[in-house]
Amino acid sequence: MAIDMTPAAGVGSPTDLEARGLKAAKPWFTGNMLTAFIGGAIGYAFGHWLGNAIASNYSVVADGAGNEVAIYLSLIIGCLGWFVGLGALNYPIQKLLGLEPIDPPKSEKRSFWEHFTYSTDHKVVGVQYLFGMLLYFLVAGLLALGIRTELLSPVNHIWAPDTYIEIVGEHGTMMMMMMTSVIMGPFGNYLIPLMIGSKKMAFPRLEATSFWFTVPSFFILLSALWQGGFQSGWTGYAPLSIQGGPGQSDYDVAFALMALSMVAASINMTATIINYRAPGMRWSRMPILAWGMITVAFTMLLSVPVLFDGLYVMSLDRGVRTAMLYAGHGGSSFLWENLFWFFGHPEVYLLALPGFALTVELLPVFARKPIFALKTSTAGLIGVAVLSFFVWQHHLFMSGMNPDMRPLFMLTTELISIPTGFLYLVAMGTVWRGKIRFEVPMLFLLAVFWNFLWGGVTGVYNSDVPVDALVHGSFFVMAHFHFTIMGQLIFAVFAGVYYYVPLIFGIRLNDKLGKISFWIIFVAFNSTFLPLFMIGLLGQPRRVFEYALRLQHLNQWVSVSSYVLGFGILLYVINLIWSLAVTRTPAGPNPWESRGLEWQVGYPVPRDNFEKVPVVLRDPYGYGTGDDTPVADLNPVGDMAAVVTGGDA
Amino acid sequence: MAVTQEDMNERKAYAKKAGWRIFAIWLVLSLIGVALVLYVWGPHMPPGDMTTSAASQQFDFKVLTAMVVPVLLMVWVYGAWSLINFHATKDDRGDGIPLRGNRKVQGIWYVGSAVLVLFLAGFGTYELINGNGVGSGEGPSPIWKPTAKHMLVVQVIAQQWRFTYRWPQFGGMETTSIDLPTDTTIQFDVTSLDVIHDFWAYQLGVKADANPDVNNVAYTTTSNQQGRFTVRCDELCGIWHGAMYNYGHVVSKSAFYSWASSMETQNASVTKLLPPFATTYTPSYSGAGGGYYPSYDPNGHAVTY
Repeated sequence: MAIDMTPAAGVGSPTDLEARGLKAAKPWFTGNMLTAFIGGAIGYAFGHWLGNAIASNYSVVADGAGNEVAIYLSLIIGCLGWFVGLGALNYPIQKLLGLEPIDPPKSEKRSFWEHFTYSTDHKVVGVQYLFGMLLYFLVAGLLALGIRTELLSPVNHIWAPDTYIEIVGEHGTMMMMMMTSVIMGPFGNYLIPLMIGSKKMAFPRLEATSFWFTVPSFFILLSALWQGGFQSGWTGYAPLSIQGGPGQSDYDVAFALMALSMVAASINMTATIINYRAPGMRWSRMPILAWGMITVAFTMLLSVPVLFDGLYVMSLDRGVRTAMLYAGHGGSSFLWENLFWFFGHPEVYLLALPGFALTVELLPVFARKPIFALKTSTAGLIGVAVLSFFVWQHHLFMSGMNPDMRPLFMLTTELISIPTGFLYLVAMGTVWRGKIRFEVPMLFLLAVFWNFLWGGVTGVYNSDVPVDALVHGSFFVMAHFHFTIMGQLIFAVFAGVYYYVPLIFGIRLNDKLGKISFWIIFVAFNSTFLPLFMIGLLGQPRRVFEYALRLQHLNQWVSVSSYVLGFGILLYVINLIWSLAVTRTPAGPNPWESRGLEWQVGYPVPRDNFEKVPVVLRDPYGYGTGDDTPVADLNPVGDMAAVVTGGDA
Repeated sequence: MAVTQEDMNERKAYAKKAGWRIFAIWLVLSLIGVALVLYVWGPHMPPGDMTTSAASQQFDFKVLTAMVVPVLLMVWVYGAWSLINFHATKDDRGDGIPLRGNRKVQGIWYVGSAVLVLFLAGFGTYELINGNGVGSGEGPSPIWKPTAKHMLVVQVIAQQWRFTYRWPQFGGMETTSIDLPTDTTIQFDVTSLDVIHDFWAYQLGVKADANPDVNNVAYTTTSNQQGRFTVRCDELCGIWHGAMYNYGHVVSKSAFYSWASSMETQNASVTKLLPPFATTYTPSYSGAGGGYYPSYDPNGHAVTY
């Protein structure tokens, strides 16, 4: 087991370096988000000029003014400029020049401004992710309210049909691509080193990069709204996506940036969890959140490159007029459908699994019992992840592609119910004879199981080909995945944020407001999405702005519920911001009486997490055993310490 | 804290007592629930039984719901029992009983869920094959075909943003509306001239993607029910996707034949100008102004029925 002995960042002083025969780099400019925007703008302009210079005759739409090469290059080089402006490239460039970079001295106290810079501290990155993801989620959520407003009436329209499709596509894409990181980003980055007893992440620069990819990705995707958007929805089916204007190029580049972010984050996560566990942190003692993270990271590593590949092919078709996805010229629209869903189905489990891992992680704290069948919950996570690669064709049951494979894909899809069911077994076993504390996070956790049950059982309907012939492409499917993703993942995130704010910021959220917001969110969520199953069964396809008159009342019910849901989420966010900025009620060292190693470190988490590498003695779920000794020895002495700290204890 | 034999006995006794009660409540509620699904809601479940495929979809939906209701109730009854009985109070904020697993319970769960899932997969496969694809698009060379000797062939041509229908058995005419006869097996050949669409005839229980350059075949057999059905595009196809729908009718055989032959006469002058009937058509690049496919279609796979 590798034990990292170097400080979290930086390598000594210039005199040290000279003594070792190395040449220190003079401090260059240190970038921040502002200089990054300037760099991005310069890169954008340069890329646009370059594209027009080398390919001014290329355009997707014959005789159209748009030159997609210029648009792609402006976005790609703009992103490069963004990283230069951020100062992210200082280190590799200095290394390339044979110089030894020196990081600025670290202060124990984190400044507010630090969160707008390219920071390699995993706790700063975690907080960056937390607020970044909340922002992306709220923007995409606002777009959902735009959709529901249009659907108030089947005949009177708020949006023009093109605006409506833009909003639908933006909402879907932003949610599906950004929310892959809503748990791995904030919780994974912040907590995993604390949970496994590490002083830092394996690849702090990769970790910082993974976050700073999401920012240009978000802005590029959002900018599509002002460029005619993309008509193809988040699935981007060719040849519809080949027809699209510049907004479709934004989709390509934004999604590709997010793909890079996911790959960077998962390389860092797997390397950290495999190599940076403290002594005694055996696989059998590893917290379930860490299991969730490593499972998801492997799934990302295997599936996301396929998406990247698909986007590359689509960009070539659009930018330089190849015809790989276009039937008219010898390609096939089936190619994109396969590439996309080979990523796209594991992707929905990338969304679901972290939610489950976090839920199971927090459940024993509030049930005051050990996790029931701990190994089974791990097996559940791994089983879902493995099976997720063998089910993608169930999105294409109606496509006309390989009908003889349908029984197989029906079987594999239904098999996923088994490992998913494990997580219910674990939850149900964990609450049995517990002493459940109905704190706000626990309420969200219980709601996860209520919501996901609907999502899970309706998944069986979708996987059954005869029933899928009825529900495919209808609001039924849409309701299904909102129950599995929003009802599960987002509820788990709400639980997680509420639970970990005391550790991250040392404060407690307002319990009363928390409970009110929970009940509004929970009731309104179910009131929004349960009727959508019916609407789908009664024949309303997805992504339409006109529907049967007889479905108007149901649609109105849903729309009004969605406003209430939006209000509930707003209350939750107000609670978060109000408690952080105004009331700042101190939380105390371990407000939930958790046995987790992360809480043993406590608030404020020291810059290097642990003074010495801790020695882990047991798993963190031993509630009710009467053994109140901590899960890890933070100050190991004697022989053990000599072994684990390399002799300088 | 060592676990004494008394503790073990108490746990077992409680599990037995509570377990039987939970089981009894679950059993009663499940029986009621399943009966409601089968006999009250069942006959009204979508998409009705206007055709064989619609009836199969309805039947599958009913069976799945009858199996899902006990699963939902199991979690709900158990969950309600746990939340009511196993919560902390103001005076007692201690810990629960540290159970880390139970081999028997886990084993029953693994086996039970596996049996349920395998049954569902088997049932779905049987229904799929027995129902000749149950109205879903089976691609250009279908493997599950109806045995009917005479089938009415309807080609569905989707384009942004409308459906048209070609009738190879009626001189290859093309219509903008669709009527179908009762008690007839119908073969839909679904294709597209531009992007991916999806032909969803809701009451007929037919759903097949319309892919450019692909012939996607779906079968169904109408019953003796007459009435209107809705056709909607079910795959996002651009700005006016939401407005891509029309209606068709299932009418008596004689009404259908008189409709078809009057359409054939009415359209004769247009039919002459159409390209020969083929399973797919390649859109023309120079075809602006309505001539969306040329008569010398290079990729068109001409067929006769």
